[in-house]
Amino acid sequence: MLNYTIRRLMFTIPTLLFISFVIFLILDLAPNDPTGNLPMTIPPEVREKIRISLGLDAPMYVRYLLWCKQFFINEPLNLIGEWFNICIGACEDRLRVRSWATRSPVVDLIAERMPQTLWVVGMSYVVSIVIALPIGVISAYKQYSWFDQIGTFVSMIGFSIPTFFTGVMLIVIFSVWVPNDSIFWLPSIYDTTHKVTDWSSFWFQMRQMVMPVMVLALYNAAQLSRFMRASMLDNLSQDYVRTARAKGLKEKTVLLVHVLRNSMIPVVTVIALSVPQVFGGAIITEQIFRVNGLGQLLIIGIQGADIPLVQTLTFVFAVLIVLFNLVADILYGLLDPRIRYD
Amino acid sequence: MQDARATILDVANLTTVFNTRDGMVYAVNNVSFSLKAGELLGIVGESGSGKSVTMMSLLKLLPSPPAEITNGDIWFNGRQLREVSDDELRKVRGGEIGFIFQDPMTSLNPVFTVGFQIMEPLRLHMGLGKKAARIRAAELLELVGIPDAMARLRDYPHQFSGGMRQRVMIAIALACDPKVLIADEPTTALDVTIQAQILELIKELRHKLGMAIIWITHDLGVVAEIADRVAVMYAGQIVEHAQVSELFSNPLHPYTRALLETLPQMGGERAQRLRSIDGQPPNLDHEPVSCEFAPRCKHVLSRCTQENPKRRAVTPEHDVACWWQPGQEGEKDA
Repeated sequence: MLNYTIRRLMFTIPTLLFISFVIFLILDLAPNDPTGNLPMTIPPEVREKIRISLGLDAPMYVRYLLWCKQFFINEPLNLIGEWFNICIGACEDRLRVRSWATRSPVVDLIAERMPQTLWVVGMSYVVSIVIALPIGVISAYKQYSWFDQIGTFVSMIGFSIPTFFTGVMLIVIFSVWVPNDSIFWLPSIYDTTHKVTDWSSFWFQMRQMVMPVMVLALYNAAQLSRFMRASMLDNLSQDYVRTARAKGLKEKTVLLVHVLRNSMIPVVTVIALSVPQVFGGAIITEQIFRVNGLGQLLIIGIQGADIPLVQTLTFVFAVLIVLFNLVADILYGLLDPRIRYD
Repeated sequence: MQDARATILDVANLTTVFNTRDGMVYAVNNVSFSLKAGELLGIVGESGSGKSVTMMSLLKLLPSPPAEITNGDIWFNGRQLREVSDDELRKVRGGEIGFIFQDPMTSLNPVFTVGFQIMEPLRLHMGLGKKAARIRAAELLELVGIPDAMARLRDYPHQFSGGMRQRVMIAIALACDPKVLIADEPTTALDVTIQAQILELIKELRHKLGMAIIWITHDLGVVAEIADRVAVMYAGQIVEHAQVSELFSNPLHPYTRALLETLPQMGGERAQRLRSIDGQPPNLDHEPVSCEFAPRCKHVLSRCTQENPKRRAVTPEHDVACWWQPGQEGEKDA
């Protein structure tokens, strides 16, 4: 297993380099440029100077290699330097990947945005797993019961209604219709600057998280519970379940030990494969609730043609996707003894 | 001599139906049989004749819905199994009645070790601790002829061959010293050499442990080799029942006769083609009101299409459910 993991990790290097190149190519082909959003009164020769000052006059491959050097060499060196408080080489004037719009290093921007995204999107993911797995198990065990019918109905709704609709609907209900002084009133705007210091601020944090978390959790749980149900149904009709019953095991043991372990194999893979989405942020939901997380950062970057920001952020997502693919494969091997990679 | 032994399982008028979307399926109709301690009863019949469903009904192993036992008594060791609580029934399953299924490739849970799966009933029914269960599990594996048992407990089912897995299934079924072992076509999915090994193993274990066995099969050769008594099933009913030697030498039901005729003969001139029984097994979508075999029967009488024959005793050890008597001219023949 260790050998396999190392081999797979080695393979990710060319894969990621290729991905970064493709991202760079696509962004370079995009018609927008960072001066596009500037006022029309700025004369073309000034625009040209701005472009040159950003290094856009250099050929494509030079710019790509520069980005590679900044991202793969300078940024890690800088990170190490900051962590251990030491200076490696010319640490003062080492070029970092900087956002064109804000002039601050992209990695710092990402680090700033990460906590909000992890809190809101990550929490919604945890909530959706906690909700979806039991629903899937019960729905499958009591197939076509009223519980299953309702579960199916809610899943269909949760899956088919987009988050921008459920988000706005929740805001209308809980922030507009419900009076301000009611305990059911929830803030529609997520306050990023809010710091949790005591119980009341913790309570406020919980309340401002409820709506975005629920909107995302409904969507994810709808998908996941269907997966879980299908997987359980697949396994419930297997011969080994009959064997387990013939051994005199309790229904609970049959279900939660024998069937669940087998059913979790595909579901865990699905869960692991969608973890990068958590980091990617939920772009739409973050916009609706003004959670300034990574998704929102990406949107701003795209709108302002802030190519270093978009390039770096997209690449970070790509790294996560490649990594969690590997994680999913490893989990698969751990859960299913029939799969051995060595 | 056999009469001296106590009857351990007595099934009377067992009827099981399936409520499917397309209507009722009458899978088991008025089946009665009994089993004495230490005896081996063979149940023979073609696919879909209700052999497995009958045995699964005994322990309520059929998914319900759609399956439902509508009538009958199941007396096991002085208890009426249709009426006992679920908890008590679970103690019977695996504890007092062991089950071996047809397909060893799918009957074991792929993600748990063989040791875990053998130890489960031991810990549940016999209350053994982890260590004791492990030792007993290794003994069981050795008993069913798996070498290096202690080490193999840690292996997963996919690391065993088909025949080996069936041995593991047998070990699980035997784990708690059951009084009755129900073997549901245990050799059907195995190739012939492995079949022979498993048959030998069961014979030997029966000798050693002295439990009663119900052996479900569609292979008359297997029955001839190991059974004491045989019940022939057709369309969810027992149509003939006799001592094994009696059944083979003096079959009375036209279906039994036809089955025996389909067996290829070892000696004599080779037949041009293998014999088969003409026609198709009946649809089970109605309660039997006439003889279900009548459409395929060589000796059909007019009575056969009007009345379902009850089992009548020919000798104390031999009964048959048929209107026709050997020697009597069937109307088709006339």
